[in-house]
Parts: sequence; structure tokens; C-alpha cells
Amino acid sequence: MSAPSTGTPQAAEGGRDERLVHRSLVRRLMGRPELGSVVGAIAVFVFFAFVADTFLRASSLSTVLYASSTIGIMAVPVALLMIGGEFDLSTGVMVTSSALVSSMFSYQMTANVWVGVGVSLLVTLAIGFFNGFMLTRTKLPSFIITLGTFLMLTGLNLGFTKLISGTVSTKTIGDMEGFSSARALFASHLSLGDVDLQVTIVWWLALVALATWVLLRTRVGNWIFAVGGGADAARAVGVPVNRTKIGLYMAVAFAAWISGQHLLFSYDVVQSGEGVGNEFLYIIAAVIGGCLMTGGYGSAIGSAVGAFIFGMTSKGIVYAQWNPDWFKFFLGGMLLLATLLNAWVRKRAEASK
Amino acid sequence: MTALVELTDVSKFYGNIRALEGVSLEVHAGEITCVLGDNGAGKSTLIKIIAGLHRHDAGTFEIEGEPAALGSPREALDRGIATVYQDLAVVPLMPVWRNFFLGSEPTKGAGPFKRLDVRRMRETTRAELLRMGIDLRDVDQPIGTLSGGERQCVAIARAVYFGAKVLVLDEPTAALGVKQSGVVLKYVAAARDAGLGVVLITHNPHHAYLVGDRFVLLKRGAMAGSHAKSEIALDELTRQMAGGSELEQLSHELARAPGPDVIGGRAVEEPDEGLADEVTEGTGAAGKPSGEAADKGGEGPSGAPAADRPRD
Repeated sequence: MSAPSTGTPQAAEGGRDERLVHRSLVRRLMGRPELGSVVGAIAVFVFFAFVADTFLRASSLSTVLYASSTIGIMAVPVALLMIGGEFDLSTGVMVTSSALVSSMFSYQMTANVWVGVGVSLLVTLAIGFFNGFMLTRTKLPSFIITLGTFLMLTGLNLGFTKLISGTVSTKTIGDMEGFSSARALFASHLSLGDVDLQVTIVWWLALVALATWVLLRTRVGNWIFAVGGGADAARAVGVPVNRTKIGLYMAVAFAAWISGQHLLFSYDVVQSGEGVGNEFLYIIAAVIGGCLMTGGYGSAIGSAVGAFIFGMTSKGIVYAQWNPDWFKFFLGGMLLLATLLNAWVRKRAEASK
Repeated sequence: MTALVELTDVSKFYGNIRALEGVSLEVHAGEITCVLGDNGAGKSTLIKIIAGLHRHDAGTFEIEGEPAALGSPREALDRGIATVYQDLAVVPLMPVWRNFFLGSEPTKGAGPFKRLDVRRMRETTRAELLRMGIDLRDVDQPIGTLSGGERQCVAIARAVYFGAKVLVLDEPTAALGVKQSGVVLKYVAAARDAGLGVVLITHNPHHAYLVGDRFVLLKRGAMAGSHAKSEIALDELTRQMAGGSELEQLSHELARAPGPDVIGGRAVEEPDEGLADEVTEGTGAAGKPSGEAADKGGEGPSGAPAADRPRD
């Protein structure tokens, strides 16, 4: 940064040095979207470390990480979608749909669960494509489009499950071929010393790493920021805006498929009414992690920190032996605080420029 | 010598609205063609046709002598036409270097490891801007934090860097102060000297006259005049642009605070002297009912007397 500045003998030489001094490392860190959430995460961690004696045990932390990962897996693509300027309200039930399709297709049509898993992937991606296609074709707000998908999926989940299996949950597929290998991939435990870690944590961290790479180091990442920050400008310089948005919805669907398979293979049966309301948890994680509601700004790592705050709060309340009925209240308060903190941090960071 | 871009009698309708009719324009390499017009004159529509956002409905649009109908901005870019819009087509929250390469990002590596060549993007951005005299302290700063003139120059530098043959600039000096306008005009001239054909859209005749080689005047969607620089003086251009006889009329009205009969009398009288020449088709095409002409008539033909003058 300093090399070219010395190469131009300008009148404002002194002023330039001064300007460079202003952007210290601290200021640069403050410019990162996830900073507010990291501060918040540390605060929550310290808080529960004090009020709950068992919180710092390795087994507790692995439980916290598991809770974080189940939200975090979905929060990653939801964050990308929000950076791309759109919403998805159908994510919660889409996870359930994905699990139901996988379970019922395997049970009804074949003897091997992997066939169901594959069909489920195609169906879920098709739902994501539908969301994106409808959005780009109709130009309606994504809020409306995905609210429609949300309601339709909720109905389909219940309707099809009752039609096919007669009850509101699916039949058990635990004795079918391929179940154990599928369970190993989607719902196994890894032992690290005496700590038991769920495989979803690996999925989660892998998705965060992949999303961060895509976002910061690929052309597609540049396009995601651009379609969220200024779709018209992006279109004018040749960015395929519609394809980018459809791709983002399909990425959400892909993560919903992973979550859905985890749901299926860890519990063996799927309740058709599950998942309603989870879409807001994913959005909360992304927003706490520094994503702007209006698009164009945010990070995948931030969504992971947001999910971690969620995990710590939901389990910390249990370890502190409080009444978990209050959990949602804390979550709501945290969302407000985190968003305020984010706004404040960003203002400070921008003022420094 | 074939023109880089040539429009002949181009028209565009939005439903029953005539946005543009019978407009002709030529852009040659190393020349600046200025398009002048008031608000609603059809300047934006004209740009959108050249930039590939809209297709024209009638007339011919030729790029280097070949008929063209551009389907998308990407297609226009591929044929060497770069457009810098009033909003500059930059994403305010994104860093300068990401904006500079947006839509045409260089990559390195292959397959799953194909990634942005971040170092090259940063260095090129810095070097290209430095060449235009913009010395950024940090190419990582969001482009929204730059001044209007700087942003304009980034957008122009970007178009030049990506090998544009034709540069279309939409009101580049509209929101700028005197000094910043001067800086931007300097880069417009620099782009011209680099051999680009430039279409400069503006409603400021002073800026246009400083750099322009040809001037096309638009009025209510029709062409109200087309002049080479040698054919027209700044005063005349300014007079036509500023509304010409309209302005004179306005000054009369303002001075006397006239009664309704005076306004009516003047407006009826004017079209007669105005219906001289090619502007007739402009007024006629507007399809105004004759009754309406009493209040609006002044606007259509006002450019007419002036438009003839250089030819006499």
C-alpha cells in the first residue's frame, strides 16, 4: 500500500501519510462485517461461562457446537442469499420436505436408501430452482414468492405424508439397505479423545469454508455482492443477475438437502410438521453475523458466528438451569442488540475512512 | 471511412408513447459526438438503444457498417460499445478494485481452483486510475466513498481499459462542480485522443462545445438539429439548447406578467414561422391536436429557426 504512494510526488504528500495512519489494523478489522458478531459471541460466551458451571465442559461445548451446526449449515447459504439481496422463507419446511421425499421414496419405491437420497437432492434443488425462477421471471419480492413456497410446502409435506403412510410421520427405514452408510455420512459421531462430535459440525465448517472461498475469491462471489448491492449496475456491466440469483436459491436448497438428510438419518423417522419457524433462525444467524437486510454486504463466517451465538444461547440456558420457555425472548433481544451493535460498528468503521 | 456506430432514422415506441423518432447519429473513431437535449427529449432512450438495453423499432443501427440489433448490454460490450451511465453502474458498497473488474473479472488457476486474480485486479486498478491522475490511498475502500468526479473517472477508466471502441457517457458532468467537471472532460478528451469514438450526452452546451466534434439536438423525442462544430458557434448552440425562442418568450412573459390573451396570441403565431423545415416532421409526428397547440406549440418548433440558420 505504501509503495505506489511514494511513487507519486504530490503536493499532499503529508496529507497522504496522515490518511494512511488512520487505517490501522484495528480500523481494518472494524471494517469487517462479522466483527460485531464476534464481539457479541465473546460476550455471550463469557456470560454463560460465569452463570452456568457446566458450560465450559468439553461435552457441553460439543452439544453447543451441534446445536450451532444444525442452524449454521442453513445459515451459510441463507447469508449468501441475503448478500445477494433476497430472502427465503421456505427454508425451514424445505429441510423437512427434503427428508420426507428421501424417506418416502426409499420406502415406497426401492430397497436402497441411497436412491431416495439422490431423488431427494433432485427434488430439493428443483424447489430452489422454482423459487429463483419465479423470482427472476415475475420480479415479485422474494418475500412473497418464498412465502408462497413456504405455505405450499407445508401443505404438501402434511398432505403427502398422510396420503402415503396414513399418519403424520414417515415409516421407519432403519432396516433398509444403505441406511448405515448414509447415517455415517449425514448423522454419525466422531470421537475426539473423550469428546463426542457430530458429523454435522464437519459439514458446517466445510460449508463455511467453501462459501467464504466462493464469496471472496471467485467471480461468482463478486457477482453475489454485486446483485445484492446494485442489481441494475451489475446487469449493465454484464453480470448474469438472474442466473446468480437462481444459483443462490439452489445453494440454499442444497444445504436444505444436507440438513434434511441429517434429520432423517439421525431420527430414522420424520415428522411432517417439523421445520416451521426455523427459516427465521437461519435469517437471524445471518443478520447477527453482519448481513445487511438490504443486500450487498455480509459474510459467511459471520453467519457461522451468528449460528454459534444461537447454539450457545439455546444450550447455555439449559446449563444455567433456567426455564427454557424464556429462550425465544433472549433470542429476540440478542437479535436486536446484535443488529444495533453491527450498525454502530459499521458507522464507526465508515467514519474512519 | 465507416462510422463506428451509425444510427439512421431510428425510432422507439413504448406502447403508444413515442420515445424517439427519426433520429440519426454518427460516431467516428477519435471524435466526440454530443447529444444535447432537455429532460424528456429522448436522450436516455437513445443511450439504451446503443447500449443494448432496448431494441429500436424502426430505422437502422449499424456498428462498423454492419446492421445490428443488440439483445443485451453484454452483447454491446462484446462489440466494443461501453456505456457509462449516470448512476455509473458501480455498486457503492463494493471496493474500488472489485467494481473496476465487475463482470469481466480475470481469473487464474483451473477447474475447482479457478479463482480471482486478486493481486492483478488490485494492481491494475491502481495503475489505471493513476494513469488518469486519480491517486487512491486505498483501492479497498468502497467506491461509494469516492467523490462524484472520481467515480466518474473510475467508470471511464474501466471502459477504456476493457478495450471499448465506442464510449457512451450519460450526463457525466451533470452532478459535478466546475472543477470536477473540468477533470472529467479532460478524461473524455483523453479517451478521444486514444482513438475511441465518444458519445457524450449532456444538457450543458458549454461542456459539449469544449470537447465536441458533432452536435445532435433532441427535442421531445425527435431530432431538432445536427451540426458539425465548424457549422455552429457556441452562442448559437447555447441558444438552441436553452430553448432558443422559448427562452425569449419566457423572458417576455416574466417581464410583463401578461394576460391570458397575450400568451395565446404569441403561441399561435409562433408555429407559423417555425414550420420551416425538417422540424415539421418533428412537430407533425407529435400528433398534437390543434387545440392543444395553443399551449404546447411553442415548444416543438422553437428550435426550428435556429436549426435552419447555419445552413443559410
